[in-house]
Amino acid sequence: MSITPDNPADLSRRTVLRRAAAVGLLATPAAGLLSACATSGGDEKNEQVADGTKSATNPLGVAEDAPIEVVIFNGGYGEKYATDVHQPLYKKAFPKAEVKHQSTQAVSTVLQPRFAAGNPPEFVNNSGEKLIDFGSLVADGQLADLTELWDAPSVDDPNKKVRDTVVPGTVDVGSFNGKPYVLYYVSTVFGIWYSGKLFKDNGWAPAKDWSEFTALLDKIKAKGITPYGYAGANAAYYQWNVILTHAAKIGGTDVLKNIDNLEDGAWQQDAVKQAAEAWAEIGAKYVDKSFEGLKHTDVQLRQNQYKLAFYPSGDWLEGEQKKDTPSGFEYQLMPVPSLSASDKLPATALRATAGEGYFVSAKSKNPKGGLEYMRQMLSVAGAKGFTEVVKAPTVVTAGSEGFAFPPGVASSQAALKAAGQDVFNIYFDGWYKELDTEVRTATNELMFGRIKADAFVERIQKRADAIKKDSSIAKFTR
Amino acid sequence: MRHGKYPFVIGFLFVPVTLYVVFVIAPYAQAFQISMTNWRGLSAPQWVGFENFRRLLDDTNFWKAVQHHGVLLLALPLITIAIALFFSFLLNVGGKSSGGQRQGVWGSKFYRVVFFFPQVLAVAIIAVLFQMVYRPNESGLINGVLMKLGFDPVLFLVRPNLALWSIIAVLVWQAVGFYVVLFSAGMASIPGEIYEAAEVDGASRVTLFFRVTLPLLWDTLQVAWVYLGIAAFDAFAIVSVLSVDGGGPDGATTVLAMEIYRNAFVYSKYGYASAMGVALFFLTLTFAALTLRLTKRESVEY
Repeated sequence: MSITPDNPADLSRRTVLRRAAAVGLLATPAAGLLSACATSGGDEKNEQVADGTKSATNPLGVAEDAPIEVVIFNGGYGEKYATDVHQPLYKKAFPKAEVKHQSTQAVSTVLQPRFAAGNPPEFVNNSGEKLIDFGSLVADGQLADLTELWDAPSVDDPNKKVRDTVVPGTVDVGSFNGKPYVLYYVSTVFGIWYSGKLFKDNGWAPAKDWSEFTALLDKIKAKGITPYGYAGANAAYYQWNVILTHAAKIGGTDVLKNIDNLEDGAWQQDAVKQAAEAWAEIGAKYVDKSFEGLKHTDVQLRQNQYKLAFYPSGDWLEGEQKKDTPSGFEYQLMPVPSLSASDKLPATALRATAGEGYFVSAKSKNPKGGLEYMRQMLSVAGAKGFTEVVKAPTVVTAGSEGFAFPPGVASSQAALKAAGQDVFNIYFDGWYKELDTEVRTATNELMFGRIKADAFVERIQKRADAIKKDSSIAKFTR
Repeated sequence: MRHGKYPFVIGFLFVPVTLYVVFVIAPYAQAFQISMTNWRGLSAPQWVGFENFRRLLDDTNFWKAVQHHGVLLLALPLITIAIALFFSFLLNVGGKSSGGQRQGVWGSKFYRVVFFFPQVLAVAIIAVLFQMVYRPNESGLINGVLMKLGFDPVLFLVRPNLALWSIIAVLVWQAVGFYVVLFSAGMASIPGEIYEAAEVDGASRVTLFFRVTLPLLWDTLQVAWVYLGIAAFDAFAIVSVLSVDGGGPDGATTVLAMEIYRNAFVYSKYGYASAMGVALFFLTLTFAALTLRLTKRESVEY
């Protein structure tokens, strides 16, 4: 039984090629495919486990034998703190419960389909480059309200609520329109970093005001070292953070509040313009033009090689650079210098917040278990364990007591203490990712001399207005 | 054998067609459906009609991307085909003729392998490689040399009017090898007697190329043009890994796939991103239909 095509000559090389081209055509815009299983079942209710009995050791009423699934972002902090500290704590409190651990470097890739399918894991560390947009999660009702957790008695002192064991502001940082949904766990201080050794060797001192700052940058430049720089290729937000911190110092914290709340003309406030002008000048005079094409790791490495003096970042920097930092480098933090004597906030003021977001999925099987997991994280043992593993302070006040931090974090903790009440935060980038993108782009344009401060505030304002008018974007205020 | 023909054909087609429907057609159909919603990728979507498409009209980044596809569509096939033709001519018929058979230039077997190398590398690796090549300081491959010679570094991916061309250069570099092979195969099937006859008539190499090789290669060229046009509508991987600030500076290198990626996976606007996907689908389709129609011409039989 042999079957041959009717007329083999029909299939010449050329027709095969042409047909192949036509098929290739249909297969090309692969991006149009997006996700195949896509939208089905998003609102199906996952069957949730029944609550357990509440008791002194189980104030949230967790079902004692219900399993809990934990997904940890395996990034700068690794996953060891979860498997070696927090999960054993949960197991100790609920020996009958199974804790399923999973870690990933691409949170949204792993979890987006599970949200769409309606069976998300209980507890998620939503962080990294591929985090799922928090604003969307909140708008779609995917996150469990954490009020119950914050009002529950803490693990270590039943007379103290969990909310009273953490740094003030922690609850607010994770709140959307006044409701707490996200636990930001790691205390984060932002500033401009330099090497203690480099400065000591050259007899330089960190600057407090603008004339000191520019004079210092001149001195550094004369030494043949790039005075200031950030990575334009992927980390422009390190720089907008500096510009906006500066704006808050000049005009008071309301400047930032207006920006976050998308008030009309918020970006055109004088303070923002002044800050943009000041930093555009720094960009023109003291920043190496090639930095726009470099990634943050490249620029950070240059600082470790003593080729760059000042680098703006948060205090995760020291841990991130541990491998590349030469001994004796000694990271130190300098708050953004004040512009003039008429600044509303003192030179010590800085942006500090809690970073590294964790949430409990409202539509998971065992959301109570997720809340309890957070309560265990927020115990002194949980916080201490975390700090010991990753060398970063948590929001738990008693958690970092007596811990000898490396020089960088020690200096940022000292700066935080010196700032006292003059600590503020910026929210819009977590609420409106599109605005974040626009500000990053505009910051590169400004710092590398393609636009002036006027155009900078104008183009961002335009985008902010568009977002404000866009009814499809969920709005947040503080 | 006639009676068993249809069950046999259907039997063979069943598996591939099912796979194709499930993994290609169905997602496409769904992309059309999603493009009419404001889906955020998490819970059930809401129908918004043509709202997403209306938004496309005033999305500056979308139009920048479309513009860049226009540039790519002209530059990528033209440059790639020109270079590939030149090389494959040299490799196949550019040298001396021996025993009535035309040969490639000396060492052509070696070059053939070398030219194909970029095709073997994954696109992401090529992008990372070119990050090193284009790096704007002393550790860059090009700028390292320039700076040693005392020149200022060239900011390839940073200068807005140079960035897109730097990306196109990478795309061309990557594509040329494949088309050299494709054209070589086409040239190999051109009978040697035609060359011989032309040579006897005193045709130079240039005449040979334009009067013999090119017309007889027309079909292959047409296919190459379509392939490259399709590649010009993609370019995502290279732009995503190589460009500054994801399609920057200030959108100077962005492409539609980059915007789709950003809207879907950064802004969680899956509905809007799907609308862009649908727009891209029609752009690609129009291009291919136009190309096949415009380049249709009697092929020479030999």
